[in-house]
Amino acid sequence: MADLTTRFAGITSPNPFWLASAPPTNTGGQVMRAFDAGWGGAVWKTLGKPIENVTSRFGALDFAGRKIMGFNNIELITDRAIEINLREMEEVKRRYPKHSLIASLMVETREEWKTIIRQVEEVGSDAIELNFGCPHGMCERGMGSAVGQEPKVLEEITSWVKSYAKIPVIVKLTPNISDVTVPAAAARRAGADAVSLINTIKSVISVDLDRFVPVPSVGDKSTNGGYCGPAVKPIALNMVGQIARENGSALPISGIGGISNWRDAVEFMVMGSGNVQVCTAVMHYGYRIVEDMIQGMSAYMDEKGFTNTSELVGRAVGNFTEWGALDQRHSLVAAIHQSACIGCNLCVVACDDGGHQCIRLNPELKADGHTRKAPIVDEQECVGCNLCMLVCPSPGAITMKEIPFEQHYHARAYKGRTTGPYAQNRK
Amino acid sequence: MGTGKASTPILIDDRLENSLADFKSSFNEMEAVSEANRCINCYGAPCISACPTHIDIPRFISRIANGHVAGAAKTILDSNILGLSCARSCPTEVLCEGACVYNSLDKKPILIGKLQRYATEYAYERNLKFYKPGNPSGKRVALVGAGPASLACAHELRKYGHETVILEKSTLPGGLNTQGIAPYKMKAQTSLREIEEITHMGVTFEYGRELGRNLDLKDLTRDYDAVFLGLGLGPDSRLDTPGSQLPHVRGAVEWIAQMKTRPSAETKAALQAVKTALIVGGGNTALDACRELKGLGVPKVVVSYRRGEAEMSGYKHEFKWAKQEGVEFWFHTLPVAFDTGRATLQKTSVTPEGQVVLVEGEKMDLEATLVLVATGQSKLDRLLGELKIDRTTGRTDSTKVFAGGDLLNGGKEVVNAVAEGKAAALLIHESLASRPASPSKGATRG
Repeated sequence: MADLTTRFAGITSPNPFWLASAPPTNTGGQVMRAFDAGWGGAVWKTLGKPIENVTSRFGALDFAGRKIMGFNNIELITDRAIEINLREMEEVKRRYPKHSLIASLMVETREEWKTIIRQVEEVGSDAIELNFGCPHGMCERGMGSAVGQEPKVLEEITSWVKSYAKIPVIVKLTPNISDVTVPAAAARRAGADAVSLINTIKSVISVDLDRFVPVPSVGDKSTNGGYCGPAVKPIALNMVGQIARENGSALPISGIGGISNWRDAVEFMVMGSGNVQVCTAVMHYGYRIVEDMIQGMSAYMDEKGFTNTSELVGRAVGNFTEWGALDQRHSLVAAIHQSACIGCNLCVVACDDGGHQCIRLNPELKADGHTRKAPIVDEQECVGCNLCMLVCPSPGAITMKEIPFEQHYHARAYKGRTTGPYAQNRK
Repeated sequence: MGTGKASTPILIDDRLENSLADFKSSFNEMEAVSEANRCINCYGAPCISACPTHIDIPRFISRIANGHVAGAAKTILDSNILGLSCARSCPTEVLCEGACVYNSLDKKPILIGKLQRYATEYAYERNLKFYKPGNPSGKRVALVGAGPASLACAHELRKYGHETVILEKSTLPGGLNTQGIAPYKMKAQTSLREIEEITHMGVTFEYGRELGRNLDLKDLTRDYDAVFLGLGLGPDSRLDTPGSQLPHVRGAVEWIAQMKTRPSAETKAALQAVKTALIVGGGNTALDACRELKGLGVPKVVVSYRRGEAEMSGYKHEFKWAKQEGVEFWFHTLPVAFDTGRATLQKTSVTPEGQVVLVEGEKMDLEATLVLVATGQSKLDRLLGELKIDRTTGRTDSTKVFAGGDLLNGGKEVVNAVAEGKAAALLIHESLASRPASPSKGATRG
């Protein structure tokens, strides 16, 4: 069985699954239950000057009957006194010495940074994570993403922290920026031991159409929140991949963003994450989900012959490139396998209206006695976009096959495609 | 009863059918939305083609999913004004749900009937009105028989602004939709509630009007601009078996109508004494009747069918449920004699030519105190005189007369009758548009 023990930026954990700094790491009681359930580490709910929160705080994006595809929050950092947090952190570390405990911090002045770093080191924290990502509330006070969006400020504060800290320093990045590699480079210049990303994305999750107030509402007003959950995974994977491509192993990455199961976690790791952090899935289903993440990742590694998580890290980064470096002669067309086709015609309408008008209905009856018309691909016109395969609900009914470039639509397209024969037939 | 003008139909509350609970439960909002979200919204969906009235099923389902239930109901009713009763009475297993692509994926098909019931009940509970009559055309159409075909036809004609009067021989509108649907699918008052919407459109009803008795087709064609014939079928077929005239040997359709519409005092006591009931026939009326009797507490219910299981014209799913409910099926048997409290049945076999013959010597007795004959209903074509009906179009050799429903198709589902009634309305409308109003415009009869 694969060894899930993970060494990340000098921090050793029983596995690569950490809880992100968020409500699931509010208290010592919670974190200890999480460790009992199997989590390898926990990034404590951000410490700083305690704040007052509002109600309500969360909003969710449901999709086609499934709850919480996306999630947003307007909750701030810890609302509990620093002394209480520190006392609980110390107890957790004493009881769970092999698990990783990371202190997430957010303060303003150099003096405050110095003090709080000493405090969290004294209670036995394994590392510090700088919350430069929070895009709501705290940024209005010049903290959180207000720092993450200013590389110079980020670099300066990180330098302060590095000058005081004896333990590894992880800089948590905001995605609310046009090029995430810029703040990552600033963190690296300042000597950060690692970065973690993504923090939440500035968002309005929905609007109450009876009251005309965005969600979550606080009385009759609302504000932007931070967006996370399964729906943000693609955004996070791209940013992780960009930083990994640029820095290689020189800047370890803790991957965050919509990770809900072992598969998501492996995807983040092969795109360059040394470990992963999870929040929304735990808020939805509880700490217990880590069991399946551990089992699933182990089974996958065994099947692929990996013995250590470090072998996963960055395996896909070399295949993640610029558009201009793609092989423009690579030629695919769709192939519809009639035996698996169920006749929903979703490929037909998708190709017709949202694709390139190359799937037609065969006017002949189907051989197996169906009275419906079978969808067939016009390979002369198929551009190989694979939209049809994506909308097809029947496993294996549509696949993409490679054909010689010379026979592909491509070859003619370069000579200038005007109107395809199908469009003319429609007249 | 007489040639009365519009009178409000009266349905007694205390009916035996009320003791039968719904076989399929209704959806609550959560169930409906969850089921609606399972639909993949096929393009040119096979369920639409499988529905005789071509309801845009994916559209109404997506409207339920998106929280626009009134719109879902309108989508249904636009195609099928009896969408409420069809949701409950349609054999969806062989129509829309039978065509669902999920069957090919070995997944449970979308429960379209239950979703349709959810949407239409939503609209009726809120008394939503979707239609109003068209501008008066000055044309008048008489419709004979108040069953689903005439109801759908009249509603459609009102949309075009034509005046419509439905002439019905009984005292209740709805035909078999009111008097024949198995109560565990739908009760009579649901049919009447639906008909309120037809009445709301200005369709008028005259009860106690029967072709061949106090109604003449020639008079109708003279007095009206067009005539729609939606008479349905006649009384139950009778057996020529000795003893068939005994009072405990009854037509299944007639018995069902009594159970559904007459005071329970009339029907309940008689049924309580029945320890064993025999149904003769292998069609859907037989399957309805046997399940109804079982549901009403008759301890032993036997269905005798002269051919085998494979030859039964009744739906397979209904047969399966009947067996699950404890009905006994005696295939390859035929009653040869009825006596008070007893039926004698004989084994049958089928010749290579397909003829049913009795097997000598193999007789059995059954203590049956109620026998329901469900071997079909008589045709009413004799009431139409020389008139020739084109079975494929619903036209006749008279340019003013059209037909639909069981009279035309020989006995199918409510949904077929609705489709035919609606199609006839279009033909009638087209024919009226090309003709001036008849001289007897405005005349009233009866």
